[in-house]
Amino acid sequence: MIPAPFDYARAESAEHALALLTEHGDDAKLLAGGHSLLPLMKLRLATPSVLIDVGRLTDLSYVRDAGDYIAIGALTRHRDLETSEVLQAEAPLVAHVAGQVGDPQVRHRGTIGGSIAHADPASDLPAAVLALGGSMVVTGQNGEREIPSSEFYLGFLESALEPGELLTEIRVPKHGGAGWSFQKFNRRAQDWAIVGVAAVKANGSSGVALINMGSTPIFASGVVEAMQAGASASEAAERAPEGTDPQTDIHATPEFREHLARVLVRRALEEIG
Amino acid sequence: MTATEAPPEAATRSRVFGTRVLRKEDPALLSGEARYTDDLAIPGALHMAVVRSPYAHARITAIDLAGALAMPGVVAAFTGTDLLDDWAQPMPMAWPVTDDLKNPPHYPLTPDIARFSGDGVAVVVAESMELARDALEAVVVDYEPLDPVVTVEDGVTDRVLVHDDAGTNKAYTWELKIGEDAVEQAFATAAHTVKERFVQQRLVPMAMEPRASAAIPQPVGGEVTLYSATQIPHILKIFTALTLGIPEHHVRVIAPSVGGGFGSKLEVYQEELLCVALARRLGKPVRWVEERSENAHATIQGRAQIQDVELAADENGKLLAVRVNLTADMGAYLMLITPGIPLLGAFLYAGVYDLPQAYSFTCTGVFTNLTPTDAYRGAGRPEATYAIERAMDRLAQTMGIDPVELRRRNFVKADQFPYTAFSGLVYDSADHEATLATALELAGYDGLRAEQASRRDSGSTRHLGIGVSTYFEMCGLAPSRVLASLNYSAGGWEAATVRILPTNKVQVVTGCSPHGQGHVTSWSMIAADRLGVDPDDVDVLHSDTALSPAGLDTYGSRSLAVGGIAVYQALDRVIDKAKTIAAHMMECAEADLDFENGTFSVRGSPDRELPLAAVAFAAFTAHDLPDGVEPSLEASSVYDPPNFSWPNGCHICVVEVDEETGAVDVLKYVAVDDCGNRLNPMIVEGQVHGGVVQGLAQALYEEAVYDEHGNLTTATLADYLVPAAPDVPSITTGATVTPSPTNPLGVKGIGEAGAIGSTPAVINAIVDALSPLGVTDVEMPASPLRVWSTIQAAQTAATGGAR
Repeated sequence: MIPAPFDYARAESAEHALALLTEHGDDAKLLAGGHSLLPLMKLRLATPSVLIDVGRLTDLSYVRDAGDYIAIGALTRHRDLETSEVLQAEAPLVAHVAGQVGDPQVRHRGTIGGSIAHADPASDLPAAVLALGGSMVVTGQNGEREIPSSEFYLGFLESALEPGELLTEIRVPKHGGAGWSFQKFNRRAQDWAIVGVAAVKANGSSGVALINMGSTPIFASGVVEAMQAGASASEAAERAPEGTDPQTDIHATPEFREHLARVLVRRALEEIG
Repeated sequence: MTATEAPPEAATRSRVFGTRVLRKEDPALLSGEARYTDDLAIPGALHMAVVRSPYAHARITAIDLAGALAMPGVVAAFTGTDLLDDWAQPMPMAWPVTDDLKNPPHYPLTPDIARFSGDGVAVVVAESMELARDALEAVVVDYEPLDPVVTVEDGVTDRVLVHDDAGTNKAYTWELKIGEDAVEQAFATAAHTVKERFVQQRLVPMAMEPRASAAIPQPVGGEVTLYSATQIPHILKIFTALTLGIPEHHVRVIAPSVGGGFGSKLEVYQEELLCVALARRLGKPVRWVEERSENAHATIQGRAQIQDVELAADENGKLLAVRVNLTADMGAYLMLITPGIPLLGAFLYAGVYDLPQAYSFTCTGVFTNLTPTDAYRGAGRPEATYAIERAMDRLAQTMGIDPVELRRRNFVKADQFPYTAFSGLVYDSADHEATLATALELAGYDGLRAEQASRRDSGSTRHLGIGVSTYFEMCGLAPSRVLASLNYSAGGWEAATVRILPTNKVQVVTGCSPHGQGHVTSWSMIAADRLGVDPDDVDVLHSDTALSPAGLDTYGSRSLAVGGIAVYQALDRVIDKAKTIAAHMMECAEADLDFENGTFSVRGSPDRELPLAAVAFAAFTAHDLPDGVEPSLEASSVYDPPNFSWPNGCHICVVEVDEETGAVDVLKYVAVDDCGNRLNPMIVEGQVHGGVVQGLAQALYEEAVYDEHGNLTTATLADYLVPAAPDVPSITTGATVTPSPTNPLGVKGIGEAGAIGSTPAVINAIVDALSPLGVTDVEMPASPLRVWSTIQAAQTAATGGAR
């Protein structure tokens, strides 16, 4: 539980963080809330030689109504998402999901940017943003680019972030009037989901994303297609396992995960009504 | 719950007994002022780290320490072979349960073969903990992996031997057979029989404070002081002396604040002995603290038994015979009392029931290439209770009667106590009917059954289940003569000294060693009650073999029923001495003196009074003591209990099982425990809460999972599921009080009761919920995956596989 030796550099601004990233290259890791990275380092599964701490970049901690969408600064902590009145009114799924992450200590330290950049298929917020069709704004030496969430998650703990890029903002469409549901199935309240479902249904558009059903958060295209074709909740839910690749661990077999995905999608759609 | 529950015999004089005195320990613990072993500032201390085998079974072909020794700040490094001469004898084992027990010698570092993942093969000593940890990675060990034994089923075949020299993996076979013919007869002719196999999964005790130790040598004088996060400083002192060949009077052991043990610190550990050996070699203090994952690998584990249980009953369900065949996983080595743990349950497989002399118990201890097992909260008794209580539910299910009714038909009745059981042991007191009735009332049992029926009628997939368990705990360990008959190497007494200081403040010295139980508060209450002082005027000295030289420490819910009685008897003696001095001061006969609320008074002359404070000061000045009376007010006692004490209780668990997901939600939990008179009901309830959560955790959450190579896959708290506050139900506690007749306080013991009653109550509830689906058992922990799979299998069986 003692990490291997590493150097520490504190970024004073987003530009400074980018400069540090460029300077240290592949040996560096960005440190935000630390709730994904530090456990890996303590187990010596990750041994970066430099940590670039972006935790004090308070100018990246915000929730703003940007007209068509809600803009969330990457350094916004889960607790601030959970209690944001803007999110509660305009993007309630995000506020709700943030309140389901880990435990209060985790939620007071962990950040949405850290969670999304870590790209853990078992995390809650990446799937919520995927279900909503949100996007990530990343900043590099060549400026800013916006990546749709459907193109952001590439593999297990692997995102479309290039070396030298910093995730600065998450954008989610407003869905204040939409129906939504979040189903998280776990054994202890603090645990990652064994399987989870984030679902939203608005006029003309629906999104359903699955947690821990493969190496990335997965958009349940089959379910959405069935919904748009007018299928019932249970009919649509039968298509939940399509395109998934669930793994075996101490909590579940692939067969059980597929079963849970069907049950949880059905419950989500029934809750949305 | 009333605020005051004075015992009948103490009701007239008691002001403190039975009240909810707040724990005196807590301000220091909650403020961080209390010091645990790793908090101690030890000038000049070096830090030890242990190189551990990543293989469950491997031959060590070479160890290269050069890389580690070359690192800055590294002071020394040793292999197991380097240190072999430091040991006067192998690691201690104090419970040779049979004469032909196989106990292959083992040492704090293994010199040749690693026998479990986590077995220590080398140590590094450095100037800081961080440097020592970094240096571990520079030690190069060449292993030749060997085939591991990772299950007892494999172990008993002797396909691979864990210890070549033993010639077998079977450490021992121990039997308790009473009425063999009667057993055969009963099973041949009984109206009802059940035969079940239960698996007690391996558990990691996971005390909140991991292990830690620090040895401070006096290189010139030869003495050594060992600080350790231990439950047993007195026993540790003896075995430190013996294992290292140090004269016992040169060893002092101190347990500072200790953050939980649950049996895992009832041990003499490799690292404790290594700290002492290295401190003596290097002439400097050497300290060590365990990492959490290291704790999961290298601290002893609990349970790990396969239980084959058979009941025979007549047409009314009255038990006729019990037959038990245990296979107990010893792990890689026999630790302090490893082989004896199943024996602590051997007498309890008839539970609270009136069984004729027809009982057959056989236990085989088997070596595996897994972490050694030893005592874990309840130690043998939760396993026994689980087996009989699950089997009773199965019997009720087979007979189609209410499990509560089946229990009633079999209870030992209140008027039968003291009751000589089939085993010859005498159960001191209980009223199982009353305890059950209290629990049923608190749970609202009849209403629950009605709701269950209506849910079933409605076809709901959220099944309601009600689980009942009753238990007897063999506690108050233990009469020394009984321990002798079980081949245990020590006695079961406990020691105390009471010292009244010149200013009428009180010191109680105890041989018990608290690690969370609240002894300081409890012993203060006993003294305050007898002496008429405030509990805050009493201090309790403990856990330092220099301050408290005699004692057998804390485990097995023994403290109050054994150590507390030693305090009580020492108080008797100190009051007797004070009375002699008071009579002299008051110029009256001792026989005419009463002592109450801290004051001596002459019977018949209410105006003639002398406070204890005056006697205490007179005993100190010694200006005018009666002839032959020595100065000072101090007395000691060593108490050896004449019998075990027998706490008992009834727990009821109500669950909702989601048929679709296998999720189990505990809706209600009722624990009615009878631990005799209750000195401090708040502390009793705290023990029940903690015990219930730990037992519920076995039922629903916790399991040390090993893969086929013997690797522990649940070595962090992310994978080893210790439940937290949101994961456990609110617990309703109740009590019945049948004072123990065998000790003057009428007390029994409560430390393990919660962990004993709860596990079978939870599983019985789950099986009860799912019985309409054809489910008859579910393995622990009852994870959603297991519950769901069990339902699938039952339904496949019910439809003849046509699903």
